[in-house]
Amino acid sequence: MAWDEALVNSLVYEQPDPALGRVTSYAQALNEALELALDSQPSVFVLGQGVDDPSAMFGVTRGLQGKFGPERVFDTPVSEEGMMGVCTGAAMRGMRPVYMHNRPDFILLAFNQLVTHAAKYHYMDNGQTTVPIVVWSAIGRGWGSGAQHSQAIQGLLLSVPGLKIVMPSTPYDAKGLLLAAIEDNNPVLIFEHRWLMRKSGLVPGGYFKVPIGKGICRRTGSDITIAGASHAIELAFQAAKLVAAEGIDAEVIDLRTVKPIDEELIGQSLKKTGRLLAVDTGWAKGGVCAELGCLAAEKWFKYLKGPVRRIGLPDIPTPAGFALEQHYYPTPDRIATVMREMCAK
Amino acid sequence: MIRYTYSGSGFSAYSDPIGVYGRERLQHFFRAMLRIRSIEEEIEKRYHLDQMKTPIHLVIGQEAAAVGACATLRIDDLVYCSHRTHGVYLAKGGDLKSMLCEMHCRRNGCVGSRGGSMHIIDPSAGVASTSAIVGGAIPIATGSALASKMRGEDRVNVVFFGEAATEEGVCSESLNFATLKGLPIVFFCENNFYSVQSPLATRQPNRELQRWAEGHGLPAVQVDGTNVLSVYDACRAAAERARSGGGPTFIEARVYRFRAHGGAGDDSRTGYRDVAEREAWERVCPLESYFDFLKRKGAMSDAERERMRSEIAEEVSAAIEFALASEEPRESDLYRHAYAD
Repeated sequence: MAWDEALVNSLVYEQPDPALGRVTSYAQALNEALELALDSQPSVFVLGQGVDDPSAMFGVTRGLQGKFGPERVFDTPVSEEGMMGVCTGAAMRGMRPVYMHNRPDFILLAFNQLVTHAAKYHYMDNGQTTVPIVVWSAIGRGWGSGAQHSQAIQGLLLSVPGLKIVMPSTPYDAKGLLLAAIEDNNPVLIFEHRWLMRKSGLVPGGYFKVPIGKGICRRTGSDITIAGASHAIELAFQAAKLVAAEGIDAEVIDLRTVKPIDEELIGQSLKKTGRLLAVDTGWAKGGVCAELGCLAAEKWFKYLKGPVRRIGLPDIPTPAGFALEQHYYPTPDRIATVMREMCAK
Repeated sequence: MIRYTYSGSGFSAYSDPIGVYGRERLQHFFRAMLRIRSIEEEIEKRYHLDQMKTPIHLVIGQEAAAVGACATLRIDDLVYCSHRTHGVYLAKGGDLKSMLCEMHCRRNGCVGSRGGSMHIIDPSAGVASTSAIVGGAIPIATGSALASKMRGEDRVNVVFFGEAATEEGVCSESLNFATLKGLPIVFFCENNFYSVQSPLATRQPNRELQRWAEGHGLPAVQVDGTNVLSVYDACRAAAERARSGGGPTFIEARVYRFRAHGGAGDDSRTGYRDVAEREAWERVCPLESYFDFLKRKGAMSDAERERMRSEIAEEVSAAIEFALASEEPRESDLYRHAYAD
């Protein structure tokens, strides 16, 4: 997409320049997407705990119930599995539910309907029905979110056939990917990150889509490839800047969609750099980082100049306290340190 | 020890069935039950041949529930079902050949050999979906009812499940949501007192399921599930209520399965239930007791029953032959529909 290409190597993650286009917040971009979808497709409806309350899901659902009515934008009982099943049943009848969760932790209650039903029916009934659901949530972090309010569960779902998993990193992508997810005929999970909600960026006003399954190169470089998605890309971008002065030229690949993964894009980059650092907001083991590492070993081993490294969360639950959290989460400095080790002559 | 006894009153409440229902409908009920029974018996008889490489959950003994309920529905009304699918599928009008092809793992099975006997569906007959997870179909049917309401359809959605599903939280969640939104759905619970081999008494306190359901704020009734007319009456009222915007209803139909939870034959002799209990329920067999009643009332004769039996036998053997002659799926079919376009 030309618009994105124009921004490669620019300061996507810093203060956007209004001279380049329209600037909105991340949450506002999502709000626009929902409004456009509700407006253009009568089959779309939005539900979730608190979608009509004053905080309006970080502002993402603000004003929608007033515009589209309580039939199409509604609060739900605290029944995660039941409501996921309701979404599945409605979607199988041609509706397009967008089921919003404040945090992914609550989706764990709905795994039976999500994994064993929504993800399966299109295949199980030989293509006779489709299940176009969007399951939206925002990964929590900080201020005592702790072990039960900060889980980044994309890795748990990565091996489930039939699902798509989207993890935007910019307001532009958040809007375009949400619109693409709503139009998609499969169950699509969107894992936002809480820390991106107040970011601002350049976002066109009208209806546009960012294709699901296609990543994007955010920074071109020749020494090392950092690949990941969502908030991890922001950290990677900052780390890339830190090491640039030392002569390490990093390429940053934003996957945008972690299932299906844009293998071609990663392959192209690795053929050039020969080094892969996989980054993710979730646990490093068995998740997005692990999948990237395995892909590299399987497909591009001969181009690798050294071992793949990964920076995700350690194999422990998230601590709630502030001081412990500082040691738990990856930082640009830690990413930069690993990059230096990988690129050391 | 007999744990669960029949508590119905037979057909004593139906003094003039021909006047109320008409001979044709009365005979249709019998024929539908006989057809399901005959198909199930044929499946059971052939199961040891290992041509049907699929689990089976025979509905023998529970035919009146599916037939009585589905007879109240239009073809475009939608039914959802748990693992024990055969009765509902056939009663709603699902295609027999497609079912048997699916059970024989053929390419032209109703879901292309991706589902097996727990996932026989026929959207053209309104057999919308099933789940092999206890309680799994309940919220899905509720979502279908939400879609019906949002679109302003006058369609009724019915979900069939066993009593064990009421032990799943999601059943409660669905009753709550359907009542909250006034959805056009009938929650049809077939209480056969056993979940696999676990009796109800080890799973639920001694209280009426109907009362439990009522706690969710919707009307709930208990019917004699061996009595096709009682089931029909209860489900007709519930379906009309749903169709006219009156919201959901919960029906508990007390039934008894004459066979094991899965597979061919009865397994009472393993000791989890008394053989005498099954035999007591067989004495109120939904087919035999209904036929005796029809005969007494002059609504049906032995000769008519025999004619039905031979017509059905012919249909079933032709369908089995068709299934056996059908093509197996190929490796290239495996990856189709991984994702929807």
